[in-house]
Amino acid sequence: MSATAHAPGHGPGQDVTKRDFLKLVAGASAAIGVGAIAWPMIDSMNPSKDVLALSTIEVDLTPIAVGQAIVVSWRGQPVFVRHRTEKEIQEAVQTPESDLKDPQPDAARVKPGHAEWLVLVGICTHLGCIPLGNKPTDPRGEFGGWFCPCHGSQYDTSGRIRKGPAPANLPVPAYAFLSDTRIKIG
Amino acid sequence: MAGLYKSDVKNPILNWIDSRLPVVTMMQREYGSFPTPKNFNYFWAFGGLAMVNLMIMIATGVFLAMAYTPNTLMAFDSVERIMRDVNYGWLLRYAHANGASMFFIVVYIHTFRGLYYGSYKAPRELPWMLGVVILLLMMATAFMGYVLPWGQMSFWGATVITNLFSAIPVVGESIVTWLWGGFAVDNPTLNRFFSLHYLLPFAIVGVVFLHVVALHITGSNNPLGIEPKGPQDTLPFHPYYTVKDSVAICVYFIVFAVLVFFFPNYLGHPDNYIPANPLVTPAHIVPEWYFLPFYAILRAVPSKLGGVALMFGAIMVLFALPWLDTSKVRSTKFRPIYRIFFWLLVISCVTLGVVGAKPPEGIWVPIGQLATAYYFAHFLLVLPILGKLERPRPLPESISRPVLGGGPLPSGVPAKPMEKA
Repeated sequence: MSATAHAPGHGPGQDVTKRDFLKLVAGASAAIGVGAIAWPMIDSMNPSKDVLALSTIEVDLTPIAVGQAIVVSWRGQPVFVRHRTEKEIQEAVQTPESDLKDPQPDAARVKPGHAEWLVLVGICTHLGCIPLGNKPTDPRGEFGGWFCPCHGSQYDTSGRIRKGPAPANLPVPAYAFLSDTRIKIG
Repeated sequence: MAGLYKSDVKNPILNWIDSRLPVVTMMQREYGSFPTPKNFNYFWAFGGLAMVNLMIMIATGVFLAMAYTPNTLMAFDSVERIMRDVNYGWLLRYAHANGASMFFIVVYIHTFRGLYYGSYKAPRELPWMLGVVILLLMMATAFMGYVLPWGQMSFWGATVITNLFSAIPVVGESIVTWLWGGFAVDNPTLNRFFSLHYLLPFAIVGVVFLHVVALHITGSNNPLGIEPKGPQDTLPFHPYYTVKDSVAICVYFIVFAVLVFFFPNYLGHPDNYIPANPLVTPAHIVPEWYFLPFYAILRAVPSKLGGVALMFGAIMVLFALPWLDTSKVRSTKFRPIYRIFFWLLVISCVTLGVVGAKPPEGIWVPIGQLATAYYFAHFLLVLPILGKLERPRPLPESISRPVLGGGPLPSGVPAKPMEKA
């Protein structure tokens, strides 16, 4: 190889590392470019501003008699509001945590001083069905709470998973008591 | 004339085109004179049937999309309008809905034909694996299509299936929210499902093209599972197999027509004629019949992640099939012991289908677990071990020998006289 065939700094040896560097820089820039173009498309599928903006709802508790439950819609999801009987509360409180798949005391799932009110997101933690148990005619499972008709998960009177394929308790949404008979969810 | 293809086509206009883009020559080579084993039975017609079915689905789907509205407030009503007011809308929709069922019948038979005759073995691993990709794309397309009418089964099917992804540790919930575009299956979900339901069939067309190209490199397998030894073992594709496939297509259209015109809702679910209600889950959620075996596998283990992993594993294991089967003999005709296991696999798949339609309680739970166990044992234990232990029956010398006499006549091969190519 004659020296004139190569511009200064492009001789054999040097050439290899410089080319490799340029290839890596070009490749990395292209990858970043593709990522920068792809991200807006991927993120456009995430919840949009109007969906996120869905605010809070208020629920009046006066029409719900002891033992009854209602379903309200919040962010497109069903929320169960149940007025528990004294027996149901006792069952929930006295269940030893060793019996639970997702251990949580009943006190952590209700507001202090309002143990009779149980507020839950009514979506089975297995695959998203709505468990039965709000109407008096519904099956409530062996633990007196809710029974999911899809794959047979059973929840107790605190909404905790007791039997079946679901991995976790029914979640308690963020809510607060505005007065003794009114709550705000969200 | 450098760069032009030397075409033998007589017609001057076609010759002009063929010299510049040799599509006429290609069609003649791949579908006219293409040397094809002479001993095909009717199970070899199902690939062509699947192709016809795909075209029907795309054609009816394009026209249905002109009358359909992908909005949660209007979707259900727009489908009812297609049924009542749009000219021949009922025909398009019933053909499209039952066409999906026909597609899965045809493709499942095509798949089991490949399993029975060892069509997945070397050198045809890629046609097989591309076929599994097509099956996955078909399942995604069918699932999203079923959501579009926005009935109760649409909504709750979408909810249950998208929630499968929540079983993924750590990122599962974020993935599900991303899939939904919200905190529940809602309008954004319906919009994107419509977009993807229109897109994926064309992805299927692309993979089918690769599937066929790869097949035409190796040539087709045949009921004896031995390679053709020369021209005496093959026939030109046209007219022999174009005509044979046409007979199959006629029978296929008769079955299709019986479904569409006499039992259009037989394979559907009445709950899907109730508009979607996000606050009430139907008492029994069942997927369409073609997903029932997978649904049964999902429910076979009392663990969310375990069930989901098994269900996806049931398809993934098929990708490894060419390397799991250690037997060099392709056709099950010559594998007397494997034949028993093959039919056990068929029985286990049908059993899973029955179990998937039943509520997950009582005797159905252990039956589903047993059938799931066999499904996986078949691929992961029986195929690798049996290939080493089993002594296959002697293979015929060539495709012509058993047909023209001289060799042992394998059962099932019709000894009809055939002309040489």
